[in-house]
Amino acid sequence: MSTATATHDEHHDHGPAKGLMRWVTTTNHKDIGTLYLLFALVMFFIGGAMAMVIRAELFQPGMQVVDPQFFNSMTTVHALVMIFGAVMPAFTGLANWLIPMMIGAPDMALPRMNNFSFWILPFAFSLLLSTFFMNGGGPAGGWTIYPPLSLQMGDGFPFMIFAIHLAGISSIMGSINIVVTILNMRAPGMTLMKMPLFVWTWLITAYLLIATMPVLAGAVTMLLTDKFAGTSFFSAAGGGDPVMYQHIFWFFGHPEVYILILPAFGIVSAIVPTFARKPLFGYSSMVYATASIAFLSFIVWAHHMFTVGMPVVGELFFMYATMMIAVPTGVKVFNWVSTMWKGSMTFETPMLFAVGFIIMFTIGGFSGLMLAIAPADFQYHDTYFVVAHFHYVLVTGAVYSIMAAAYYWLPKWTGNMYDEKLGKMHFWISTVSVNVLFFPQHFLGLAGMPRRIPDYSVQFTDWNVISSIGGFVFGASQLMFAYLVYKTIRGGEKATDQVWEGAHGLEWTLPSPPPYHSFTEAPEVK
Amino acid sequence: MRKLAGILSALLVGAFTSANADYALNMREGVTSTSQSVYDLHMIIFWVCCVIGVVVFGAMIYSIINHRKSKGAVAAQFHESTTMEILWTVVPIVILVSMAIPATSTLLAMEDTSDADMTVKVTGIQWKWKYDYVDGDASGISMISSLDAKHNEARLLGADADLSQFGDNYLMEVDNPLVIPTGKKVRFLLTAADVIHSWWVPDLGWKKDAIPGFVNEAWTKVDEPGVYRGKCAELCGKDHGFMPIVVVAKAPEDYAKWVAEQKSVAEAAAASADREWTKDELLAKGEQVYNTNCAACHQANGKGVPPAFPALAGSAIANGDAAAHISLVLDGKAGTAMAAYRNLLNDADLAAVISYERNAWGNSAGIVQPAAIKAAR
Repeated sequence: MSTATATHDEHHDHGPAKGLMRWVTTTNHKDIGTLYLLFALVMFFIGGAMAMVIRAELFQPGMQVVDPQFFNSMTTVHALVMIFGAVMPAFTGLANWLIPMMIGAPDMALPRMNNFSFWILPFAFSLLLSTFFMNGGGPAGGWTIYPPLSLQMGDGFPFMIFAIHLAGISSIMGSINIVVTILNMRAPGMTLMKMPLFVWTWLITAYLLIATMPVLAGAVTMLLTDKFAGTSFFSAAGGGDPVMYQHIFWFFGHPEVYILILPAFGIVSAIVPTFARKPLFGYSSMVYATASIAFLSFIVWAHHMFTVGMPVVGELFFMYATMMIAVPTGVKVFNWVSTMWKGSMTFETPMLFAVGFIIMFTIGGFSGLMLAIAPADFQYHDTYFVVAHFHYVLVTGAVYSIMAAAYYWLPKWTGNMYDEKLGKMHFWISTVSVNVLFFPQHFLGLAGMPRRIPDYSVQFTDWNVISSIGGFVFGASQLMFAYLVYKTIRGGEKATDQVWEGAHGLEWTLPSPPPYHSFTEAPEVK
Repeated sequence: MRKLAGILSALLVGAFTSANADYALNMREGVTSTSQSVYDLHMIIFWVCCVIGVVVFGAMIYSIINHRKSKGAVAAQFHESTTMEILWTVVPIVILVSMAIPATSTLLAMEDTSDADMTVKVTGIQWKWKYDYVDGDASGISMISSLDAKHNEARLLGADADLSQFGDNYLMEVDNPLVIPTGKKVRFLLTAADVIHSWWVPDLGWKKDAIPGFVNEAWTKVDEPGVYRGKCAELCGKDHGFMPIVVVAKAPEDYAKWVAEQKSVAEAAAASADREWTKDELLAKGEQVYNTNCAACHQANGKGVPPAFPALAGSAIANGDAAAHISLVLDGKAGTAMAAYRNLLNDADLAAVISYERNAWGNSAGIVQPAAIKAAR
């Protein structure tokens, strides 16, 4: 009997398994978080390489590097890889690593499902990328896969659809896990309104994912049957409606935009108070603003389609609703600035990325407000102005927040401090080049350059040259980040448990690196 | 931070510079009252954003400079203020409402297509535009507008192309521009034959999607004669970047002359469809039609880009029964990029292009006369 107990205890204390199988069979939230983050990093470079092809072709007018069909597949797959392969898995990885540590839990609530939801992803993206080697090439109809154009794709079409299905299943399972963990596994005393904002924003994000991913799955399944089963959901010739696809897609697509940014809000709300050495300003208004944004995200989708010819009443509704989003988003920015106000600030790399996020995300917000004005959107729509807008909110927004999070929590995860000098260099080179890359695209769009074209008129040359140069530098400077992460994992100055002077929260009470099972005994939250 | 200020000031300066020069910074003001009110809206919302930006970024920059630990700043511990939260909720709402009012009136004006003087139907086709004059003096005029042959040649040449010959208008020139009279309200009916396109001329102030199975409406009234250029704005496949739009606005008397000219050309074409053509005539005309309408997919050498765009050289259809070949070209093939050319080309052009396809690249299946097309319709 006593022997059995002893074995049982040993079993409980075991650390990671040895060898490669550890990563295949792991149910540990930290291992799975690491897998997600590394997968996201690999996808970030694959998607980035595609962006380099795009910028190389657009460096000069005329067709020099690729043919138009391949160019279209580059823009399409760049977006799919960056959204579903890089940013979303990176946020899920952060959630896996951080949520149990932040709420005082030993692990995620559903560890086996956690393993499964990660391991679907490599298969999903292998399917997607394999279409490049099939008859007809990769998807080239835009990441929104609008019919009828998307139905003209070659043999790779069903593979792309299945890839999206798999990525969606992975997201839904990851989200269910996060919701269950947050609602059931908080330490005693950790009431909802005491949770760190990162946990709050992820809780809301997870609901958005659960609500919208099935909608996307439905839309692409209808595409699949239109192509192979003779249905005509989206074919006007068969009684269907191509615009209906856009409504369904953007009913998913607009909440998706907030799926890509709400966790970023949570990260920035963690970092700014730490380096301002001052509590977050307006915690409860931050929670309410996040919830309002999530609600509004469901009733603004058709601002992506102002030019499809909706009735004017519809256009007015979606214009007003879209403008309303500026209000809760503004509240967030004002709260961050107030948190900085009269603080005692230092600017280590995470803070630099967080401040960069606030400024450049706000610039993206401004162009978003401009795009909300429907009559003006009739000019902006489908031009480089839109490209500039969503890259400001997604690259200098979402991606910057992920970078900030990586720098902020790397010392906690690895137990080693990262190279501060290299980190700051990475920030400054990235920030200068990313603005050289994307800011001129506003001008190109306003001057009349449509998006998704491989070749352009000579008057657009100058800004395209500048934008491409910025793109190459930004792309190359991300190699510094990969090297820095590698170096930090391998070694470096030992980090303290608290790591940052102004850091508060349960994850900082654990050792650096934290034990394999975060909190085996629930901490008391006062 | 300094760089950001630099960029912002560049943008501010840009607001006053010409929109046409290289390094253009701002939206084009355009040539219609609509484009002018859109431009005004754009500028209002732009300045609103600038003012908010100056306040928010100003406070941040002040704080970043002064509230540093290295300057001995001690952190205050305040962390909420209901007054502030209400203030920065209500002020933006007021700003937004005041923005929504002019935006609403512009939108209502843009969507009002009533009382038009004439109507033009615009059809988007991979990768060209078709214009049909529906009513008025020009009623019955119909044309296909594709990328000018020289520009098309240059973009297919790749890195060897000499683009300087085109000045600023590389890829912005078509064979048959849309001609409209000045001072008249022109209503557009937009639709598409295959996939979704979007008809956009920045100087007119709007774009509108052309969707298969749907008819969208829009309108313009140009007061100054001139040439106004644009492009397809909705991704529509391989050659999306190569379907420009050129609108020529002519004074009413010049427009009337143009209409008369087009009518006589159309009559000549109709007459020619009724006579017997020689093989050389058919092949010469056919090559021309093929290059503007078919070569984008099936390629100038007839080899296509299988599997999406099948080869015609040595194909069973181009060497087989003429009736099957004619019916495929007339009706297209569902589920593929092959469009129905029934309403896109006239009898003579169809006969010529089919004859060309049946005799080029080693094919040898005889010619087809315009009369055969007429009979097959």
